[in-house]
Amino acid sequence: MTARQERLARLAMPWLTLAVLLAAWELACVLLEVPEIVAPRPSRVFEVIVQRWDLLLRFCLETLWTTMIGFVLAIGFGLLLGLAIGASPFVYSGLYPLLIAFNAIPKVAIVPILMIWLGIGALPAIITAFVISFFPIVVNVATGLATIEPEMRDLMRSLGASNYEILTKVGIPRAMPYLFASLKVAATLAFVGSVLSETVGGNRGIGFLMLSASARNDSATTFAGLFAIAIMGVAVYAACALMERRMTRWAFRGELVR
Amino acid sequence: MIASASPPLVELNQVSLAYGEGRERTLALADATMTIAKGEFVAVVGPSGCGKSTLMKLVTGLIPPSSGEVRVRGERVTRPIKGVGMAFQNATLLPWRTTRDNVMLPLEVVEPHKRRLRAERAAYFDKAERLLASVGLGEFGDKYPWQLSGGMQQRSNVCRALIHEPEILMLDEPFGALDAFTREELWGIMQALWLERRFTTVLVTHDLREAVYLADTVYVMSRRPGRMVKIRKVELPRPRTLETTFQAEFVDIVHELRERIQMEHG
Ligand SMILES: Nc1ncnc2c1ncn2[C@@H]1O[C@H](COP(=O)(O)OP(=O)(O)O)[C@@H](O)[C@H]1O
Ligand SMILES: [Mg+2]
Repeated sequence: MTARQERLARLAMPWLTLAVLLAAWELACVLLEVPEIVAPRPSRVFEVIVQRWDLLLRFCLETLWTTMIGFVLAIGFGLLLGLAIGASPFVYSGLYPLLIAFNAIPKVAIVPILMIWLGIGALPAIITAFVISFFPIVVNVATGLATIEPEMRDLMRSLGASNYEILTKVGIPRAMPYLFASLKVAATLAFVGSVLSETVGGNRGIGFLMLSASARNDSATTFAGLFAIAIMGVAVYAACALMERRMTRWAFRGELVR
Repeated sequence: MIASASPPLVELNQVSLAYGEGRERTLALADATMTIAKGEFVAVVGPSGCGKSTLMKLVTGLIPPSSGEVRVRGERVTRPIKGVGMAFQNATLLPWRTTRDNVMLPLEVVEPHKRRLRAERAAYFDKAERLLASVGLGEFGDKYPWQLSGGMQQRSNVCRALIHEPEILMLDEPFGALDAFTREELWGIMQALWLERRFTTVLVTHDLREAVYLADTVYVMSRRPGRMVKIRKVELPRPRTLETTFQAEFVDIVHELRERIQMEHG
């Protein structure tokens, strides 16, 4: 294969895998005569997607924007907290154990509490998306800062640099690849958060659509919802990955710089 | 001599340093005493872990001594001193900056350059280019550090340590990770820079030939806790060349140092 052919083949691979998986699923449903209520055939799911795309799109957009608001809040907050924890040993020892304890709480447990406080609607979903996705950002940014080479720190100090200068000239650029790596994880987690909140109790979003469809034994629509979430997740992941490459070319060394 | 009448640039007086506390306490350096004249090239050799890097940090004021005192320009050192350039064994160039931007980093931090940098960007740019050219990296300013070989990275590292024209240059095993040919090439480059600018230099190394090639004075340290166990003046004429390293005088000095260090291992 030439290099070009190989690149094309690599681009085609995920689609091929997907096609094979869907075909196997379709075949299994037909051969084993699986009732649609247990697992609809993929072709049925696509039929529903085509038939009810306006409905799906509306619910998807609701979920998308709550997720994005939660995600953006998580980036801002996570970045600040990560910088504080990475830069100061005091903040680190004060906050880190609490953060870990908080992260260990299953987020499904806090949704009912949020509903008591905030009622149903977009706000609990935003907050759940935020809460679930900001932890990896904090940890990664803090790690990026904390792993500055001691020699680099010594060098900056010997030049008379202030802590602020060390942070802005060395620490923050150094933490950027860590931040972007965490965003890919955090973005998908944010979807988990908002859909979780919509399914536990809500009146909006794709999670709510799936819940009400399954209550009507309409499993094709439920699965259409699942597909929609997966597509949105991949899209946001890809956007984060693209941004990562743009912003932190240097971290990939020779791999991407051409 | 006039030189001995004025105070030396750097004085260490019975300086000790211990890391940690209680049972963790390790004495890294014991009773180090040395004086370094302005413009002198000093090399410090000794077994690994004997406190050579610690000595560097003490002289530059990065850590305060546990006992004894460090004086620079007659003043007692209590915090990082001004006018220092440092280069370490791993080049620690920032991978998101081009080589030139790495070299110019000290200018963004050290006064008065920091203040002038914005207005006189072009002049400083030229200065960095000239410095890079003087170590044979004239065309590499726009390259990123990972696009350079190990030897080229170390040359950039030395440029970064010199760009702000420090009075004191601290080199902590800067050529330690390089192959023999590259290392010897860098000795020549280092000597040329020093002969031109005459900054006071402290070079830590475990390579005795390197020490004798470059230094005016070689200090030998004992095993941990490090003490100064030998001081050897090197009065070979400059510029020294690789030919010099095969001359009897040079070889004798290396042997003499080697024997003293061997005693530390025996
Ligand atoms: N930050 C530190 N904390 C505790 N011990 C240290 C620290 N830095 C160095 N040491 C110890 O002090 C001794 C001297 O270290 P160093 O000055 O780095 O030696 P050298 O540069 O000669 O190899 C070593 O035994 C080392 O383990
Ligand atoms: Mg060392």
